[in-house]
Amino acid sequence: MNVNLVKRTLAAVVATGALALGMGAAQAEEVKAGFVYVGPIGDHGWSYRHDIGRQAIEAALGDNATTSYVESVPEGADAERVIRQLAQTGHNLIFTTSFGFMNPTVKVAKQFPNVKFEHATGYKRDANVSTYAARFYEGRYVAGVIAGKMTKSNIVGYVGSFPIPEVVRGINSFMLGAWSVNPDVKVKIVWANTWYDPGKEGDAAKALIDQGADIMVQHTDSPAPLQVAENRGIVGFGQASDMIKFAPKAQLTAIVDHWDEYYVARAKAVMDGTWESTDTWGGIDSGMVDMAPYTNMPDDVKALAEETEAKIASGEIHPFAGPIYDQAGELRIKEGEDATDEMLLGMDWYIKGIDAELPK
Amino acid sequence: MDWLIPLILTVITASTPLLLASTGELITEKSGVLNLGVEGMMLVGAISGFAVTATSGSAILGILAAIIAGMLMSLIFAFLTLTLMANQVATGLALTIFGVGFSALVGSGFVGFAIEPLPGLHIPLLTDIPLVGEILFGQDFLVYLSIVMVIAVGFFLSRTRGGLILKAVGDSHHSAHAIGYSVIKIRYMATMFGGAMAGLAGAYLSLSYTPMWAENMTAGRGWIALALVVFATWRPGRLLAGAYMFGLISVLQLHAQSAGVHVPSQFMSMLPYLATVIVLVIISSDRAKIRLNAPACIGQAFRPAQ
Amino acid sequence: MVRLEPRRQHSQAMVYLSPVLAILMTLFVGGIIFSFMGKNPFDALYTFFILPINNSYGISELFVKATPLVIIAIGLSMGFRANVWNIGAEGQLTMGAIFGGGLALYFYDSESMFLLPAMFVLGAIGGAFWGGIPALLRTRFNANEILTSLMLTYVATLFLSFLVHGPWRNPEGFNFPESRPFPDAGLLPVIYDGTRVHLGTAFAVLVVIAGWILLSKSVIGFQLRVVGKAPQAARHVGFRQKRMVWFTLLLGGALSGLAGLFEVAGPIGQLQPAISPGYGFTAIIVAFLGRLHPLGILFGGLIMALTYLGGELAQITLGLPNAVTGLFQGILLFFLLACDVLTKYRVRFGTPAAKGEAA
Repeated sequence: MNVNLVKRTLAAVVATGALALGMGAAQAEEVKAGFVYVGPIGDHGWSYRHDIGRQAIEAALGDNATTSYVESVPEGADAERVIRQLAQTGHNLIFTTSFGFMNPTVKVAKQFPNVKFEHATGYKRDANVSTYAARFYEGRYVAGVIAGKMTKSNIVGYVGSFPIPEVVRGINSFMLGAWSVNPDVKVKIVWANTWYDPGKEGDAAKALIDQGADIMVQHTDSPAPLQVAENRGIVGFGQASDMIKFAPKAQLTAIVDHWDEYYVARAKAVMDGTWESTDTWGGIDSGMVDMAPYTNMPDDVKALAEETEAKIASGEIHPFAGPIYDQAGELRIKEGEDATDEMLLGMDWYIKGIDAELPK
Repeated sequence: MDWLIPLILTVITASTPLLLASTGELITEKSGVLNLGVEGMMLVGAISGFAVTATSGSAILGILAAIIAGMLMSLIFAFLTLTLMANQVATGLALTIFGVGFSALVGSGFVGFAIEPLPGLHIPLLTDIPLVGEILFGQDFLVYLSIVMVIAVGFFLSRTRGGLILKAVGDSHHSAHAIGYSVIKIRYMATMFGGAMAGLAGAYLSLSYTPMWAENMTAGRGWIALALVVFATWRPGRLLAGAYMFGLISVLQLHAQSAGVHVPSQFMSMLPYLATVIVLVIISSDRAKIRLNAPACIGQAFRPAQ
Repeated sequence: MVRLEPRRQHSQAMVYLSPVLAILMTLFVGGIIFSFMGKNPFDALYTFFILPINNSYGISELFVKATPLVIIAIGLSMGFRANVWNIGAEGQLTMGAIFGGGLALYFYDSESMFLLPAMFVLGAIGGAFWGGIPALLRTRFNANEILTSLMLTYVATLFLSFLVHGPWRNPEGFNFPESRPFPDAGLLPVIYDGTRVHLGTAFAVLVVIAGWILLSKSVIGFQLRVVGKAPQAARHVGFRQKRMVWFTLLLGGALSGLAGLFEVAGPIGQLQPAISPGYGFTAIIVAFLGRLHPLGILFGGLIMALTYLGGELAQITLGLPNAVTGLFQGILLFFLLACDVLTKYRVRFGTPAAKGEAA
């Protein structure tokens, strides 16, 4: 990725140089960006955050950019049509923001070689298809460190959506963070089987609290679990957005999806003619993973959290630094090595010490 | 035993929206009208209640707004199906599509708003009784209302003249009309009662259960409420039992998961639906009793002979 | 005052005119809503109704979108005629996709020309199996099919979720929740190059014709029509209610299952957690929009599909939120359903001569 950044910068320099020489070769192309969302922007979660990113493009590029979006696009046969319609209506940069849009994105991209596509959280690329995702697990490691310090019952409640690698990775990373400061922490996991059902998420949170959890972590989209934490007088972490308004006394921090800079950079790249297919997996250092202000915790924990965040950003801490064993006791990551991106991408095993069985 | 009390408290909150909405639909269906638009009416109730509470600061006003909004939604349905004799099944489904869209449109300005949850009752001494105190005397008033309403509906149907008339209209609209009852007017009122209760159920979601507004936050609870009326074989007592059974199993499977039961979570999530089917099969096997309860004219348009 | 007076016979003219009237009224009310939202009403209405189908690709997509709706609705309409309330087509669709798609996954490197036909058979069996359970519970245990079919929908969806998150997950797919892609031999051929119109669309047309023949020419079609119009009479004549329950639920299930298979073997090409955006529920509306008649259902399915396509374009070109699509769809359906009254009744002005109930 750093190589790409260098390339991009170089290209930009060249382009600017060309303009400066009065050659006018690099005429700025107008950006017409289209977004495909899997949920409604009113979900206050995943799609909502992508829409904030879309608005950032309009704010940053002003008259040079127009954007449009289609929300609540089902991940079935409809996605392909929507993506194609965006391409047909003159959009030259299309963001498809859910894993389920991967195959239709690649398919339509083949038919529109001049349109640039950006697919979130997938793994298929092409000359005009980039992929991007955020290393939310880095934020979860920081959250784990905080939880390890804050818990009194040593039981963490974790509301999961579906047992996909993204969520499993988050659980592992969270626990590695927690164990780095408190080896006695245990995690209880409930799968809600939904990304989004406030009532059910809240009920899952209540079940976890009833079984002794005094820290609430969620990998579902609504603020309900954190609201329950607030109500029951425990603390927890927000997801996707800063949820402090919903839990002023309970939110320790939130792992915020922050796509603004990436979206603006990609739109600018199309404008400058410097866009090329890349694979971006941005972490805390890139700003894609943003930690909401640390609140409701003693100063020493806050200092530790800030330090951990900084060390992850600088690369001093890698959440998945070996040796790491899986539940069966098999050495997955050797001493002195970090997990490869490929291993992280497809992670379908719990680390040793997690007392739960991964649904297969 | 200290796990039992919080479990019961969770079950109460999970069951209350189902009970509120299905109590209303029970009356609607008893009059011979099948309104499949519960989900849509709940959503419009939820956003109306939330929007008014958030802007006025008064939960009472919010709840009133939710009731009115639910009634207005049911009025659309009633006008189309009772006055214009449109098909009830299709109109109900259309009402849900309309409600989902309408609530999302109104609610777009309220995403991310936080409000104070509906306060729970607190009676000194009584609420502080160990074990049962909080369950009996610590709920918010919509919970009590849901119980009161289902009892009232049971009383109304079995002990009052109005209940008899309602059942007559639902069982044989032509006879009821011949005796001189205004079938259409009674059905209008029954449908609007259903709308009001669905609106209340929506308000319970957005003001108490999870105090927020988010698109589609009912997440299918309107459909469960509809199924519960069938499950209850149109009897209020069974409706109460059914709503709490559904809530109990929904919550229990979450508890089982967090206690570390190693069954794939999808199978755990199936349990409330499967249990409902199995229990219905058991109680339905007695043919004669079901026949007596199902409103004979359900879903049929009525037009007085002229 | 306005009142309704029953016609002696259904007005043939109104059968065709009332939808037109409904659409005109929707245009009017829709136009008001759009201007209220600050959009040019003509642009908006053009975007909803014309833009989606002003080119051949758009028309082809209309067919692709309408295919599952029409196939399912034809099956459901038979049940609705016989007062069998199958509202679990969504679950039957899912089971059809699981059964038929499962075969494609088992023979994932097959090149056999028999694979696709075998998938059709299994898809239909899967749907019929899931529709057969409510039939069994209704006929054997008297359990109401509204509840059982709806609840089984949730079970089917969760079962699919289990399969694609677990045992049927693509081993080369980085453990994401999706199956392997179906082999080419397990994909529906596209019948019109450059579009997504697949064999399933042709099948939908066949289903419409077969449904029409079944209804108008066969004994069971006659029974269905009688049961729908006069249940008491049907009982006297000795039609067996149980057989009707089995027939309509199995048929509705099989057709829904096929529709599900067509989705996964057609535009989607694999199993994944979300295969249908609620086609099984939307098809219920389509069935009634089409007045339970196969030809009507064909048009109902096309109109419904058009509003979805138009809604997408309204978001893309006008920036209208998706919520407006729902609102607009709701209004269109209200008018279409309400205008049906004109086929059976005449609107009269003034007070009735005989004393009737005020409408």
